[in-house]
Amino acid sequence: MKVVVVKYNAGNVQSVLFALQRLGITASLSDNTEEILKADKIIFPGVGEASSAMKELSRTGLTAVLRQIKQPFLGICLGLQLMCRHSEEGDTNCLNIFEEDVKRFNPHEVKTPARSIPYKVPHTGWNTINTLHGNLFKGISENSYVYYVHSYYAETGQQTCATTGYINSFSAALMKDNYYAVQFHPEKSGETGNQIIKNFLDL
Amino acid sequence: MLSKRIIPCMDIRDGKIVKGINFEQIREVGDPVEMGQYYAAQGADELVYLDITATHEKRKILLPLVKEIARNINIPFTVGGGISGMEDVNGLLHSGADKITINSAAVSKPQMITELARNFGSQCIVVAMDIKQTDKNGCWFVYTNGGRTKTELKAQEWARQAEELGAGEILLTSMNHDGTKNGFALEITREISNMLNIPVIASGGAGTMQHFAEVFTQGCADAALAASVFHYGEIKIPELKNHLQKQHIPVRM
Repeated sequence: MKVVVVKYNAGNVQSVLFALQRLGITASLSDNTEEILKADKIIFPGVGEASSAMKELSRTGLTAVLRQIKQPFLGICLGLQLMCRHSEEGDTNCLNIFEEDVKRFNPHEVKTPARSIPYKVPHTGWNTINTLHGNLFKGISENSYVYYVHSYYAETGQQTCATTGYINSFSAALMKDNYYAVQFHPEKSGETGNQIIKNFLDL
Repeated sequence: MLSKRIIPCMDIRDGKIVKGINFEQIREVGDPVEMGQYYAAQGADELVYLDITATHEKRKILLPLVKEIARNINIPFTVGGGISGMEDVNGLLHSGADKITINSAAVSKPQMITELARNFGSQCIVVAMDIKQTDKNGCWFVYTNGGRTKTELKAQEWARQAEELGAGEILLTSMNHDGTKNGFALEITREISNMLNIPVIASGGAGTMQHFAEVFTQGCADAALAASVFHYGEIKIPELKNHLQKQHIPVRM
């Protein structure tokens, strides 16, 4: 199986490559249109800032390419956010694969007598995923823990296939045709994460 | 619900763990990869590796080691010790570390926090603070250079400044409590944790499972770090998490 990890100026690609290696897959890192279009599976990772990431994708001509992929495609973290319609981060128009919008967590949104201290942002650590559906979550139980680090989130909508609650409920994962995306880091989410990556590779 | 994190901390010298775990299968002087895998399998939520290698020459083995750790461990890990600039951080993150931690260098060059955050994102910049209360009920001051040098910075001021400069997390070690096994510094941890919008990892003083419960409830810590209680098997992570769960503290089981 040929797996390509999309190369752009986003960080922490190494962990994704290692996670694939642990599953016996040697993926290639590429920003080459032809190579991306020829792959069996495409992974679109990312840690970084939305507007500069979109600029980089436009510069390399990948914006149009990523929108016409027919193979299984998995966005991770910033990858998910870039696949949405628009992000509040840098007021950025994104790839518009998913119709959801990306907002910044507002720690002051929830104030109850039981919680006088604002929530912390970024949302950092292990949180549970719920209302799971779709092939990505085959064999994964409700309330499994996955690892998150992010300050922006995709709202829930038609294409949401898993949710997590932090300040508000948000899209832990999105799905549309061959496009999948997760806000958490499956490559850092222990056995649950491995299973999710495996499910993606099995699509 | 977001869970509270349990973080074993390992000191590396010349590529080996200084204090090995006293368990079978694992050598007295531990292998960092093997120990990390062991802790990950036990249910650790994250790992911290601190490189205490004295010489620059021997530090060169750190990057290949970080790569080996990243290759073999499927939970997040932080690397620190002797980081002095962008180049060090770039190398560590490219080798697969999820976060880096800086201590003395952040105090001497606070703008470095901003530079690092701008280049790599706040989420991977952990500012470690060693703090000490010089007299009872007195102020907490920041110490650098492995706790050897007192600064005039007050803990609260420095924590707030580090957040404003772009730190993504604070690793707060009370020198008064470190090594005592009498429990974490609850009051100062609570004060700093509640003051900041970024997570605080409490460190120093873990001796019993109840100490962890206290630092999460009374200390309002987001994560708790310990070394020897885990290395010597005095506290086992699965039992610790059971203990916390019974008290309705959210933990990843």
